[in-house]
This record gives sequence, C-alpha cells and structure tokens, in this order.
Amino acid sequence: MTAFEKSGIEKAKAELSGDRITVGMATCGISAGALPVFEALQKAGLGIPVEKVGCIGMCYNEPIVSVKQQGKKAIYAKVTSQNIGALIECIRNKKECSELLACHDIMELDFYKKQKRWVMENCGIINPEKLEQYIALGGYSGLQNALTLSPKQLIEEIKKSGLRGRGGAGFFTGMKWSFIADKSGKKYLVCNGDEGDPGAFMNRTVMESDPFKIIEGMAIGAFATGSDEGIIYTRAEYPLAIETLQKAIDTAYKNNLLGKDILGVKGFNFELRIQKGAGAFVCGEETALIASVEGKRGMPKPRPPYPAEKGLYGKPTVINNVGTWANVSTIMKIGASAYSIVGTEKTKGTKEICLTGKIMRTGVVEVPIGMPLKEIIFDIGGGVPEGTEFKAVLSGGPAGGCIPASQLDTPLDFEPLQALGAIMGSGGMVVLNNESCMVEIARYFMFFTQQESCGKCTPCREGTKRLFEMISSITRGIGKEEDIEKIRLLAEFVRDNSLCGLGQNAANPVLSTLRFFRGEYLMHLRDKQCHAKQCTALMKYLITEKCVGCGNCAKHCPVQAIYGKLRERHLIDQEKCIKCGTCFEVCAFKAITKE
Amino acid sequence: MEKLAKSLGIPAVELFGVATFYTQFRLTKPGKYTISVCTGTACHIKNSSLLIKFAEELLGIKRGQTTSDGKISFESVNCLGACAKAPAMMINGTVFGELTKTKMKEIIEGLK
Repeated sequence: MTAFEKSGIEKAKAELSGDRITVGMATCGISAGALPVFEALQKAGLGIPVEKVGCIGMCYNEPIVSVKQQGKKAIYAKVTSQNIGALIECIRNKKECSELLACHDIMELDFYKKQKRWVMENCGIINPEKLEQYIALGGYSGLQNALTLSPKQLIEEIKKSGLRGRGGAGFFTGMKWSFIADKSGKKYLVCNGDEGDPGAFMNRTVMESDPFKIIEGMAIGAFATGSDEGIIYTRAEYPLAIETLQKAIDTAYKNNLLGKDILGVKGFNFELRIQKGAGAFVCGEETALIASVEGKRGMPKPRPPYPAEKGLYGKPTVINNVGTWANVSTIMKIGASAYSIVGTEKTKGTKEICLTGKIMRTGVVEVPIGMPLKEIIFDIGGGVPEGTEFKAVLSGGPAGGCIPASQLDTPLDFEPLQALGAIMGSGGMVVLNNESCMVEIARYFMFFTQQESCGKCTPCREGTKRLFEMISSITRGIGKEEDIEKIRLLAEFVRDNSLCGLGQNAANPVLSTLRFFRGEYLMHLRDKQCHAKQCTALMKYLITEKCVGCGNCAKHCPVQAIYGKLRERHLIDQEKCIKCGTCFEVCAFKAITKE
Repeated sequence: MEKLAKSLGIPAVELFGVATFYTQFRLTKPGKYTISVCTGTACHIKNSSLLIKFAEELLGIKRGQTTSDGKISFESVNCLGACAKAPAMMINGTVFGELTKTKMKEIIEGLK
C-alpha cells in the first residue's frame, strides 16, 4: 500500500502548500494554448516546481497559471505564448504581474463566491496523475470510512444521504444499489461517462482533473454491492480524459486500491477497466450503453427488466453517472448527515453546471441544489454580453427545454425544471440572448435527435425526422399557421410512444419553445421574418452607404460574391452568397448589415 | 469486412451493422489529418455552421469527405466537450478552441 506510506503523503502535502507553479492542462486549457505556456515555464529554470493540473472551472480565463512564491499566491488568466515571457520575468524578479493577474484566491471572484465545490474540490488544484496529492487532500478517506461499515450499513448511509443520480433521471442511488446487493453471483458496476449531451462537459472535467475520485467512488460501490467488476464507459471524443483515467487506474492497481484484497481487506476484489464509446449519443441511455459494451449496435431495450435485474451480459448491473460516483466519494468522506444539509427537501447535495453560450463567464461550476437559476446565470455567470438581452437558457441538452426570463426564479432541481417542460439533465446550460432564434434552436435539436435516433422504434425514427422537416420549413418561412398545431400533436405523440429516453425526450425542445416562444414561430410563418436574423433563408447581408470601398470583404469572401471598385460602395451578389457572415465579421467600418 | 466477419465467426451483416452504427468507425481510409468541427449546442450558438461552410470552401471538400491528396479528412462531430471555448474543433486528438475564420484558415494552411 505504497500510496498510504507517510513519507509519500507528507511530501505531497509539502508540494501542495509550498512554492509551486501550476498550469491548467485539461482540454479547455490546452485548446486555449496552455501547452506552450507549460513548456516555457518548465524551461525557464525559475527554481519553483512547475506542475500541470486539471480544470479549475473558470474556462473563460484559460489558460490559467497559478504562482505561489515566498508564501504569496497569485492566479493569472489568459496566459498565452504571447505574454508568458512577461510573466516569467515577473516571477524571476519575484514581482506580481499586474496585467495578467486575475486574483490572489479564487474566492475573491464573483464566479466562485456562490459555489459549493465538493465534487470539484481538487479540480485545478492537484496534478491528476498524483495519487499522493489526492490522498493528501483527503482522498480515499471515504473508502477507508466505508470499510469500517458492513455493506448493508454502507448502503444505508448512501440512502440516508439522499443522493439522486446525476445523469438526469435522478433515481435514488442507495435504492439502486440495494437492488443488486441482495443478489448472488456475478454483478457489474458501470460508470456512465458517455456525456453525449452537447453543452455538457462536467464529466470530462472530473475525468481529466480528479480521476481518483471516480475510482474511489466505484470501489465504495463495489464494497457495498458485492460487485467485483466495473467498467467506465467513456466517449471516444474525449482522448485526454481516457488517457488520464487509464493512468489513474494503473496507479490504483499498483497501490492496492484496485484488484485483489483492496487495502488489505480479504475478499474485497474489484477489477476496473475503460470501455471507449464510438460516437453514438443514444449510448448514454443505459440499455444502449450495455449493448455497446457487449459489442452490439447501441439499440435500447424496453424496461423492465431494468439493468439491476438483467443488465450487462444478462447479469445484475448498476449504472451510475460519473457525477454520481464522485458524489459517493464525497458522501463517505464527510458523512451522509453533512451532505444532506445541502440541497432541497427532495434532492440533496450539489450539482455541477456547465455554463456556455451567450454568457460572460463560461465554465463549469458547482452549486447547491435549489439555487435559483437567476443566481447561477447572473451572479456566477455574469449574465449576457453587454448590449444584448437575456432571452432563454437551454437546460438539459437535446432532451431538455428552454427557460425564459420570466421563469428564472426557478430553483435548480429535478421536479421544478420538469414542471417547466425542461429537465436538469446532465446540467448543461446554454444561455441565449436576443441574437438567437428559438425556432432555429428547435430545428437544431431536431436535426441532432433524428440523426442520433437508433431507428428501432417507429415513433422516434419517423417522428423525429418529420418534426425536423416541418420545423426546417418554418425556418425557411414555408408553411401555414396550422402546421404549428400539427407539430405540437406529433411532438406529443413521439414523447408518449417512444421506446427509450432519447425518443421520449426528443420533442421537449419543440414543445418547450412552442410553449414560451410561439410568437417567433408565427413571425416566421406570417411575416416571413426571423427577427434574430439567424434563419439564413429569411435574411441577407447588405452593404450600406457606410462602405468606403476598401475591398476587405471581397478579399475574404470564400465564394467571390462581392463586387466593387476601390473606394466605391461594394455590392453582394445574393445569388452567390452562402451567408457565411465572413464579410460582416471583417468589415472594419460596420458597413454591412443583416436584413 | 466479409473476411473479418468470417474470422470472427459472425454473419457479415452483423459486423456491418455495428460498423455503420457508430460515427467513429470509418469505412474509408481517413486522411493524414482528420478535422472534426464540433456542432454541439454551444458551438452552434457561436456559428459553427458558418465555420463549416467556410472550411468547406477552403478545403474544396464537403463534410464526410477527404481531400484528393489524402491529406485532410473533414467531418463534424456532435460534442467535443470544449463548450466553454466554443466554437471548437479537434485535429488528430488536439482540440482548438475559440475559433475564428482567421484562426481556422491559419491552422488549415499549416496542415497543407
């Protein structure tokens, strides 16, 4: 059990509390340019250890570098290969670099003040590959606590915490575990890390930033249920998460935290492996996921029987989301009583939310269940960009709905959001402003869903396609007002008659936008107008008299659709124009408008 | 595929069914570089569809195709999970975020 050797943990504690430079190197950080920054810091020979960490959540500030020097801490934002030189000089001269400084401590920032970071407590703080750092901050105390109880008592503790699954369905975790605990023979635990919802990346964040938390949670689950084999199913589109998780699993095996007789407890065996998905949204649905692991087409099956009865290879199986497993580690670390103080009457604990879209501060946050959406979007997220107006927030991805401004006092919780025709889902919240067209959003989601439909059941297979076609027509201004009623009836039919969650929820975006934004549908049909100028068939780009004839737009037009002489007003050939918007973006004189 | 099915001892139609179900399994050889532009919700809101049109013109191929010199395959993917840095794309496992047409042009020119 080398990970628990005192010297290793003491060394990690010293690493974490001493002088240290960290660079956020999860996917967001790397996509913003963190790698050359990290390399430059390593080469600079500053005499302070430079370490990679995961994602601290404030993606809008990536790449993020934290510097602890002579006991003082500074967190720098948007550090790129262009300005890292200046930062390195400041560090060398033991000075603070004021132009890049974001804060001294994250709790100074509005983005963090209202958060409650339990699942994300280590994200962006520890090196995700260092088990000793995870343990130094309290990691694996949960498993150690769990091992002092009997499996039955452990399940009671999870039940007492009130934990509900974080994948979207919100089923009580303790109850799910008890279904398989009673059974004898082979049982499986699955971690659903497919995270197919566009707009959701909270699972990716934990997998890349604190993988041991998930592994620990599953080990706790294994002890509670008597399962000896687990699989983490994660999407192939997350290569860094897969790599990080695999390294963590290998380390856990080397340190007797996986495999046989875990932590010296005779008979407590748990094998864990990763299974990659292959690009199918429907495989986030548990029965489709099981089919995928078994090497088949990801076609869902009717339930009952539920996986707890007959799951992977026909054996009792518990499938829980990445977030749920991470919460299990937290619960066993702090105790069910402390956990259940946070949240609402029906739903305990915290929820990670991904804030994206037309919002000032994008990233992944963790808040107590029950926080009003208004606070999440405006206090934490900073609201919509200046000069624009909030229109709606999309909650729950393609299975969810839109929440308009009038409903922003709604608390973040399963049932209140369902009552609005949306869902909390995985927790992805995409914010829209007046520049967004709600009909176009409905079209987009229907395109997604009909593409991802597995094709097994007729209501979903045919219904999603027809809904997509009808809404597409509306975005082109084609159709009659009566079509809206046809759409509503078909949407309800798909919802009430589909085999699995994909089909049952596919129509939510349509029904939701019809409920709150019917006027936009009517405007497209009656006036043949898209007031947000998003529906390309109903808008065009025009060059106004502000044009000075610089020719920049013509130069950038990918289809050579702009004509004009130098210093004369240019003209767009509407037949050739593909409405890509490049001219609109490059015009320095704001001479191009959308009509 | 028939050969593979035979060696696995399963009907070819079953193998074909699985291979065509998942978007990450390709039935044609991909280019040296595979550009996957994300069409997730956050990227869509930030006009990923316009970026795709722009890239198609630049590369001279449509989504799902490979350039004639076999260098670049172009496709869209449903979510890379880089939503906070939308619009995003992935090239051979590396994610590029906050794309503009200029950045995209630079990156693509760099691959050619």
